[in-house]
Amino acid sequence: MVFVDSYPKTSKLVRSEFLVAFAALGLGALFGIVQALHRTGLFRGFVSSADYYTLLTGHGVLLALVFTTFFIAGLFAWATTNSLERELPQRLSWSAFWLMLTGTVLAAVAIIGGIVGAPTVFGHDLQADVLFTFYAPMKAHPAFYVGAALIIVGSWLAGLAYFKSLWDWRSENPDERIPLRAFMVVTTMLMWYISTIGVAVEVVALLIPWSLGLIQSVDPLLTRTLFWYFGHPVVYFWLMPAYLVWYTVLPKLAGGRLFSDPLARVVFVLFLLLSTPVGFHHQYVDPGIPEGFKFIAMTNTMFLLLPSLLTAFTVVASIEHGARQRGGEGYFGWLRSLPWGDPAFAGCMLAGLMFAAGGFSGMINAGMNINYLIHNTLWVPGHFHLTVGTAFALTAMAISYWLVPQITGKRLRQRTVALAQPYVWFVGMALMSNAMHRAGLAGIPRRTAEPNYDEFAFEGLVGTVGEMRLQIAIGGLLLFLGAAMFLFVMAETWLAHRGGTLSVNSEFPDPLSGPEHSPRILDNYKLWTAIALVLIVIAYGPPLASMVADGIAVPGSPPIPV
Amino acid sequence: MQVHNFEKIWLGAAILLIVGFIATISYGTVGAGIQMVDDSGGQISAQAVQNGESGTQFDDPGVVRQNDSHYVVYVVAQQFQFVPGSGDNPIRIPADTRVTFRVTSADVLHGFSIVETNVNTMVIPGQVAEVTVRFDEPGTYGLVCHEYCGAAHHTMGGSVEVVPRSQYDYQEVSD
Ligand code: HEM
Ligand SMILES: [Cu+2]
Ligand SMILES: [Cu+2]
Repeated sequence: MVFVDSYPKTSKLVRSEFLVAFAALGLGALFGIVQALHRTGLFRGFVSSADYYTLLTGHGVLLALVFTTFFIAGLFAWATTNSLERELPQRLSWSAFWLMLTGTVLAAVAIIGGIVGAPTVFGHDLQADVLFTFYAPMKAHPAFYVGAALIIVGSWLAGLAYFKSLWDWRSENPDERIPLRAFMVVTTMLMWYISTIGVAVEVVALLIPWSLGLIQSVDPLLTRTLFWYFGHPVVYFWLMPAYLVWYTVLPKLAGGRLFSDPLARVVFVLFLLLSTPVGFHHQYVDPGIPEGFKFIAMTNTMFLLLPSLLTAFTVVASIEHGARQRGGEGYFGWLRSLPWGDPAFAGCMLAGLMFAAGGFSGMINAGMNINYLIHNTLWVPGHFHLTVGTAFALTAMAISYWLVPQITGKRLRQRTVALAQPYVWFVGMALMSNAMHRAGLAGIPRRTAEPNYDEFAFEGLVGTVGEMRLQIAIGGLLLFLGAAMFLFVMAETWLAHRGGTLSVNSEFPDPLSGPEHSPRILDNYKLWTAIALVLIVIAYGPPLASMVADGIAVPGSPPIPV
Repeated sequence: MQVHNFEKIWLGAAILLIVGFIATISYGTVGAGIQMVDDSGGQISAQAVQNGESGTQFDDPGVVRQNDSHYVVYVVAQQFQFVPGSGDNPIRIPADTRVTFRVTSADVLHGFSIVETNVNTMVIPGQVAEVTVRFDEPGTYGLVCHEYCGAAHHTMGGSVEVVPRSQYDYQEVSD
């Protein structure tokens, strides 16, 4: 049975969520190429440097918030339904979808208002060139904050639907182990609930009333701290779905089985525990925060490497097993027996490979003292285009080649384009990101519209600045091409007629070491959530208490522009 | 729970790596004495800084000589310049001397980064960022605002002139 025939209702939901995600990806990629050309000085005809930041806000919000959240909602809807073998609660799921969409439209309107001259709407300038980090006291139109809040609340509702499914399944199967994919979805969502509290408090309790003029001032350091309380775990909210794909679908695509189900669960529990108490590592160079708290965040961050290193092992081992099943031999010879001609497989593998490089530059970011060299330089976008921009985004695109046929019942069209697409993305990202990393070492800042300053010139440590700019621009062009190829394949597939049998299905082979080998305590969500909260209180309790002790709005800043 | 032997080895190696990282960083902080930006600068009212009524040296930013071997530089970051630092008002300091930068913002968030050095701090309204360094090499260093601070953020640069200690004339700087 094809997924769309077994679960027509959830399929429709997944299709709607993917549609929004893909639209956001297309628009975000368009902004991306304009930025890459503008800030390198290669072509500056699209926008003025003052409007650059409005595009950059759109790029960050559309890709890092909208594309990811909608794609994950669709992927999780499929994963929960498929592994628990029941349709998702419909009313809850659709309310979530419409809330998130309303939020997206509100935020998008506020951002686009900035390009059309910021007209006054409801007594406030309709603009939101505050970037996706929206640090106070820089102020956007209230619609931007309300939109952000709705996206978050919507994602909470979407999570409730997965929990509801799990509870229903539980009552019918009281003694069974939670199926792995449902386990991963629920662990990820628990982490998401815990970490979004920070940004929800920031936006709902502080920024919305402040932008409406109901309260006069907010404490910039406090709001920034609340943002980063959420801002690092959100990274794992992007990665864990990619891990879900790598753990559960990729071994199957490789022709094998997952190596170890219990270890996969351990990895997800570790993420739940360690993801949140690390946010201060984004504030290593913030004044007003004692060194000790930064140090605690640093040690936590380093231990957060553990689940990723374990993942590297399990995923590679599972794929090697698959390759050997297909007749692969030798120390490295087995690599040749993998299905490189399958776009879904090739895309996930290339994404994983780039993630390894991203992990490496991430360790540099996490090093409390080396961080000084690269904080807020172009190194940072270089890093996260490898992680969220490739590990997540390329995995999402690749798995769509496998998933979209199942939720539409239509065969994948334009297979050749689909097969070339991950390679185009890979080459584009290799160029753009390595040049961004090197530019960062040369001190070139991120989020800057101009390639030059009046007072001095940058000099490359490795290679010339001119060559880096060229690589960023060419890489960006290839990435844009990659996004366009993906959307072309999706459109062709989506709009085609049904017919013929699909070559893909969502049946999964049993893992080599199954859930029966994992201790039951792993399924004890209450315990893990409680430990996670304790760790957060240790990492965040004292600093937040001291920021709030002298008054929530002290030292306070009124909005700018007023 | 079944854990494969290879998995055990890998797990051990991973933990070793992590502990190693933490150890080198701890050494860098404690042993080699690399100082972090922290809360030592204290708090200040951003609006008071903007109005020049903070009652602190930020009302008249610039280089202040503590003694022969220690200078303090007060810098106000605001949309879209460093005072001093930007345009034809570079920060002038002596080489081979302890220099403490005290930087604060009069409006929104800014960054204060001296290109290709370890001097890199966020500038947050309400907080004073404090960084102490010693420049060995005389020369002109680029100064960048690396946190988006508004539509002309890309114009917010500056420079730091490090003068050989013997040629440094504090009088020339202070007025
Ligand atoms: C067509 C592909 C892409 C291109 C050409 C591109 C290009 C760029 C460039 C040049 C910047 C740096 C702007 C600056 O700091 O001045 C940037 C920032 C960023 N990009 Fe991309 N990008 C692409 C895809 C993606 C994807 C797929 C994601 C995430 C899913 C992503 C997320 C971000 C984020 C979060 C920022 C930072 C925004 C900020 O600093 O506020 N990008 N991108
Ligand atoms: Cu600035
Ligand atoms: Cu700036």
